[in-house]
Amino acid sequence: MEIPYIVDERPDTGIYNAKLGIWLFLASEVMLFGGLFSSYVFLRLGAPVGAFHEWGQELNIPLATLNTLILISSSMTMVMSWVSLKMNDFKKFKLYMALTLLCALCFLVIKYLEYSAKIHHHIYPSTNTFYAIYFTLTGLHGLHIIGGMVVLFYLWVPGSNMWKIKPEQFTNRIEIVGLYWHFVDLVWIFLFPILYLL
Amino acid sequence: MNAHSHREESFFRKYIWSTDHKIIGLQYGLTALLFLSVGFFLMMVMRWQLAYPETPIPFVGSFFGEDGILLPEIYNSLGAMHGTIMIFLGVVPLAVGAFGNYLVPLQIGAPDMAFPKLNAASYWSYFIGGVIMMGSFFSEEGAARSGWTSYPPLADIEVGQTIWLIGMVFLITSSLLGSMNIITTIVQLRAPGLTWRRLPFFVWTQLVTSFLLVLAFPPLEAAAVLQLMDRVAGTSFFLPSGLVISGEALAVSGGGSPLLWQHLFWFLAHPEVYVLILPAMGIVSEVIANNTRKPLWGYNSLVFSVIFLGFMSFVVWAHHMFLTGMGTAMSSFFQITTMIISIPSVIILSALFISLWGASIRFNTPMLFALAFLPMFGIGGLTGLPLGIAASDIYLHDTYYVIGHFHYVVAPGTIFALFAGIYYWYPKITGRRMNERLGQLHFWPSLLFMNGVFMPMFIQGLAGVSRRLWDGGLEYAHAAGVLQWNEFMSISAWLLGISQIPFIINIFFSLKRGEKVDRNPWEATTLEWVAPSPPLPHINFETLPEVHREAYEYSVPGRNRDFTPQTEPKKG
Amino acid sequence: MSSGDDVDIQSHIKVYMMVFASLAVLTIVTVSASYLDLTSGEAIFLALVIASIKGSLVACFFMHLISEKALITWVLMLTAGFFFILMFLPMASFIDQAQIG
Repeated sequence: MEIPYIVDERPDTGIYNAKLGIWLFLASEVMLFGGLFSSYVFLRLGAPVGAFHEWGQELNIPLATLNTLILISSSMTMVMSWVSLKMNDFKKFKLYMALTLLCALCFLVIKYLEYSAKIHHHIYPSTNTFYAIYFTLTGLHGLHIIGGMVVLFYLWVPGSNMWKIKPEQFTNRIEIVGLYWHFVDLVWIFLFPILYLL
Repeated sequence: MNAHSHREESFFRKYIWSTDHKIIGLQYGLTALLFLSVGFFLMMVMRWQLAYPETPIPFVGSFFGEDGILLPEIYNSLGAMHGTIMIFLGVVPLAVGAFGNYLVPLQIGAPDMAFPKLNAASYWSYFIGGVIMMGSFFSEEGAARSGWTSYPPLADIEVGQTIWLIGMVFLITSSLLGSMNIITTIVQLRAPGLTWRRLPFFVWTQLVTSFLLVLAFPPLEAAAVLQLMDRVAGTSFFLPSGLVISGEALAVSGGGSPLLWQHLFWFLAHPEVYVLILPAMGIVSEVIANNTRKPLWGYNSLVFSVIFLGFMSFVVWAHHMFLTGMGTAMSSFFQITTMIISIPSVIILSALFISLWGASIRFNTPMLFALAFLPMFGIGGLTGLPLGIAASDIYLHDTYYVIGHFHYVVAPGTIFALFAGIYYWYPKITGRRMNERLGQLHFWPSLLFMNGVFMPMFIQGLAGVSRRLWDGGLEYAHAAGVLQWNEFMSISAWLLGISQIPFIINIFFSLKRGEKVDRNPWEATTLEWVAPSPPLPHINFETLPEVHREAYEYSVPGRNRDFTPQTEPKKG
Repeated sequence: MSSGDDVDIQSHIKVYMMVFASLAVLTIVTVSASYLDLTSGEAIFLALVIASIKGSLVACFFMHLISEKALITWVLMLTAGFFFILMFLPMASFIDQAQIG
């Protein structure tokens, strides 16, 4: 007796196990970032009027805009790699995965440049509550990017052998990691305005 | 049957890095029982100091101070770690990790959990978290000493807290992985025919509990990260401006809010209370249905109540914060939601009481514990009402009354239910029944001494004795009239510890010498009793069970047996 | 997925392209808007509206929520409910507290 519905969908729910699993995980992630966003609001309300806006002026908006565009692009290439598998085009899948990883790497490099510029100007998490939440939120988001990259890399090279044996399960895996990746993008879409623009 | 079940597994694969939900359940169970005894031991040491302040502790005193006298800072550590260990390392892993893991797949007729590897990862994450927590006692700074609630600013500056936070991150990860697994398993792997309305009530409680864990734990993880930043990176999330410590201004930017921690903490910690109690209600319901030989009274109202409890538990948290200077509007809001949430609890308790009515009850050990759960949880619940009303809470807040209240819910409540569960499902796990005489010898003194420990706390609390006092209130005139209870409670606590010896003996004794039983020793209806005892490794059942009936068809008139298993096909 | 979906895939790709383009445009819009002379309340409102539109686009199309099964939608609605409780109850209590002074 194998565990049922690893690949196929259960008739009455219409989904396979990992799909529900990843959405539950993302639900918990929503609550994790929810707790942090809630902290942001709480601290912003507690700070002197306009202070959060003023402290945020030191941030580099053009670089962050570029990073936003990079992350959106990586979401696009991610979904394309899944579509490629759907069309049985393994080579294209490999290419799009490579592009996704490249985007992620670019994002991290730019993030690193931003961080080092801050530290160069003697701005640390301890400087004020705005930078405390800025470094915590972007740092945690960065960790999510790194975690995602590890999984993406695994599925790009060593894990992709599965395509030959169990193509359907492999396609499901790409869909699952894709959902995670889009979620990380989605978090950034909210982080970007609240940290850089407001 | 596939090759999987015949493959010889190495000892390591079979018992250490196992992916079989039954082994993982047992790993959880044994580890959690071990931690429960550690937490209990810490409390027994604290009770010495409360009963006989500043006298050397017998036997173990040398661990706690040079002359065997408990130092105040160690007392604080013991208090913080007693709470942490009991909740996060003891009761939750036992109720959800052990019972959930072992029983949910069996009760829904599944071969395993949906994600066996994640399941193993969940246990090992818990194990690492536990090791870190225990290790903190031996670290240079010592264990955390800011209470299990870790309120800043104290927790931001007091020693030992960093390791506690790191341990918590592992424990939270473990709970998240485990509960996602349980939800997916229940939703996706139910046996053919097992519709939602045929689900055993225990499975319902596990489902709701897991949702609470998935959605309530992450904000605490966020809070733990913030507190870790405060301690490691020097941020001021929870530190207000102008904080002065020992006459010196604290060198931080300030601008943070200690209340923020309380919001995030209680956003988890109130649902956590229901995480502690719901699986217990599930276990008690199973035991009561079986031993009354009657269907549970009001299955539908039980299910709706438990779902409603789950929802409401997210909007009551600030009743822990009435004394933070919250405005009247918010106080009223949380007061009302708190009163509302008591309704489904009362419905569940009433339904279980009514289930007893007119039954010919089998008074075996599991049933005794389950029956004791009902009034004990009742006391715990009803004494909570004055704490949910802001006006009376202002007087009772942080007194021994609160300690008495939640211990009645968790100790003679949840832990009795867990004992009932262990006695009830032990034959399924081992193929042997636990010794009935030793069981009775465990139950009666436990019931007596539990009340001996916790009942006087209400008296002390009403007299205004504060909860975290190292000397038990010796310095306060208002406490003088009730301090004689300290010795009584402490002796009860030690006797309660001694009363657990028959249980420990019973576990090991019955493993070899207990009465051998077949699949269904209690003549029960649910699916786990269809599997062999113990269930087959990795696949549980010889053939996939098919479900034809509701969960509790006991004593249906006109049938030749007084129970009808869920797998029995309907005629015609 | 059934083989009938293969025909749809080309149109799916078109949708993804359009979503991608809208996301890029909205990013530019929200950055430009931040340079406008708005009051802080208006700026917050505008930025959050744009972010919500972008987030919904990602969730609905890249994450296929628009055609996802009811079960997933229920789980997410539950989560969204608790998310808003987590956002707004602490905020409400902060404001309530501030009024007492």
